[in-house]
Amino acid sequence: MSVWDGFKDAALGRSLVERIAERLDALGATERQPVRLMEVCGGHTHSIFRYGLATVLPPALEFLHGPGCPVCVLPMGRIDDCVAIAEDPRVIFTTFGDAMRVPGSRKSLMQAKADGADIRMVYSPLDALALARRNPDREVVFFGLGFETTMPSTALTVLRAEAEGIANFSLFSQHVTIIPTLKAVLDTPGLTVDGFIGPGHVSMVIGLRPYRFIAETYRKPFVVAGFEPVDVLQSVWMLLGRIAEGRPVIENQYGRVVPEDGNQRARAAMDAVFEERERCEWRGLGSIDRSGVRIRDRYARFDAERRFSVGGAVVADPQACQCGEVLTGTLKPWQCRLFGNGCSPETPVGALMVSSEGACAAWYQYGGARRGAA
Amino acid sequence: MNAITPLRRRRLSVPTVTLSHGGGGTAMRDLVEDVFVSAFAGDAAAPLEDQARMDLAALAAGGDRLAFTTDGFVVDPLFFPGGDIGTLAVCGTVNDLAVGGAVPVMLSCAVVIEEGLAVDTLRRVAASMADAARAAGVRIVTGDTKVVARGACDKLFVTTSGVGVIRRGIEVGIGKARPGDVVLVNGPLGCHGATILAARGDLGLDADLASDCAPLNGLIGDLLDAAPGTRLMRDATRGGLAAVLTELAEASGVGVLIAEEALPVTPAVRGLCELLGLDPLHLANEGVLVAVVPREQAAAALAALRAHPLGGQAALIGGVTSERPGRVVMDTAFGQRTIDLPVGDPLPRIC
Repeated sequence: MSVWDGFKDAALGRSLVERIAERLDALGATERQPVRLMEVCGGHTHSIFRYGLATVLPPALEFLHGPGCPVCVLPMGRIDDCVAIAEDPRVIFTTFGDAMRVPGSRKSLMQAKADGADIRMVYSPLDALALARRNPDREVVFFGLGFETTMPSTALTVLRAEAEGIANFSLFSQHVTIIPTLKAVLDTPGLTVDGFIGPGHVSMVIGLRPYRFIAETYRKPFVVAGFEPVDVLQSVWMLLGRIAEGRPVIENQYGRVVPEDGNQRARAAMDAVFEERERCEWRGLGSIDRSGVRIRDRYARFDAERRFSVGGAVVADPQACQCGEVLTGTLKPWQCRLFGNGCSPETPVGALMVSSEGACAAWYQYGGARRGAA
Repeated sequence: MNAITPLRRRRLSVPTVTLSHGGGGTAMRDLVEDVFVSAFAGDAAAPLEDQARMDLAALAAGGDRLAFTTDGFVVDPLFFPGGDIGTLAVCGTVNDLAVGGAVPVMLSCAVVIEEGLAVDTLRRVAASMADAARAAGVRIVTGDTKVVARGACDKLFVTTSGVGVIRRGIEVGIGKARPGDVVLVNGPLGCHGATILAARGDLGLDADLASDCAPLNGLIGDLLDAAPGTRLMRDATRGGLAAVLTELAEASGVGVLIAEEALPVTPAVRGLCELLGLDPLHLANEGVLVAVVPREQAAAALAALRAHPLGGQAALIGGVTSERPGRVVMDTAFGQRTIDLPVGDPLPRIC
């Protein structure tokens, strides 16, 4: 048995499920008045659906699938800017695969590629830098997106481009930060969350300290969790314990990966390259102050937004789209009026249907078992 | 079309294919004879005709229906651990015939070549096709060669068509699964898809992966001997096991319940999937047979599969139910989830 198999151990899982049920009973939670836990990382959303965790946990526990998948919160205006850059014949536009199918107001990057734009999927920003080295007569643009998980590797790539004097590489930054996002969720009127399953890989970079305000100001427990089924179940069990004790604290279930202080070198690279943006648009949530980052003036020549004149227009979400209500947990994915009714993984309208980490795509793909049984 | 039956052996003297090799003149004749005729027909001497000719009575002796299929192959890279585009082109069409209950008899082979391809590359592919055809017990009897300008295709595209004879009494069909039946697979899932992903080199991974590409007709023959009541068979190619199960659930109007713990997956494929956020159920295979058999023939069927070299890790992975018709559900050991079709190519997640 490898070390990973232990975190997929079914017997351990079953025993955790029993203990979770006991704690829910002790709390007096019911299907009509459930304990509501929000996960804010798409990886957790994916695990919950992939292993069918919601189908074995009592209905007195409700998962809210928060805004943790960076692809899912990509606003249309930003995709439009990317498409405009990609359609410049000088440009080789590089991106992670997930972003390819996100709808823009005109077209997705996938459609732009089919229409002739030179768009290539890469697995790391360093692959984009290698492309720039090999194609000195082309402009290579990397679409940087994601929370603090992916931000350090993008920052290090910019630093390396500068060190090597690679002039034909630039970055389109759609990086976002977790703390303002969590604040926005906590400040959402009418939203009731009893605790948070905290993001594992973001915390590996930022550590635990930045989350303290959640316990101190908002009085909610927060457990940084790993991504295997046993990790998620143990985190749920821990959160229920803190709720029962009325003791909101920040805890770390994912100690095998997340150090208390995070990764200082990664943060130093991020701080060197990026600075806060005043405003940042989110699909479904509107603008969240200081929730995104842009490239500092010192590295302006690596900033694709300054290098190419892009519109930067804010494009409203499609009118019928209820991604915002799903993101904040007000609606279940299948309660959205477009779910399976014009919006599906084949033809996504809202971004939550695009990525396998999006709550709607996960429901669409994996969720049928529970609803069918209900 | 030119039937591949050689008159005399010619040898190409140039190292790469040029547009002149598609022009219908002596250059093309030399290419066809050097590369394809010599590989497929050996030294048998016969004039080149525009079509293969076959004896009806000989075909009719093998069964009571003909099966006919065609498939195009555009894999990138052309060569990968466990096979190449030539192996795929033969195995793919042989398997498409065999899962219909047919004994494959003969294939055609049409190639579209991008100018500039090394003749040696073409020779390697033709040799692989000949080897795979020999292993499957089929002949490649006719073919066609086109050369297109650089950029008009990517190196080499191959299309094979095949004819087989369906044995008397064998009635398999995608709509024939019944509640109570069991679902079997012959071996580990996702090897081909994972191998191609890793072989593209973008991942910088050095994994212990090889394609499962293999002709399944021998294995299927043994299965049908042991379990003549077999309801349906499919080779789980693009879309993987998920696509086959979903299709059979819809076509048969039944539910399918599988157990994740029963699925054979190698540690290398599992590792790659964990790393990239992919699902082994969605990865392509080129040598995985999915068979639905009546429960009373399950033990015999499983024993027959396991006795064959391509079925050593055969497993009973689940059953057919009357619940939730049209849907495929998997027990994950933690809970249940629905198995659905992948939307397009599996795209790696970013975090």
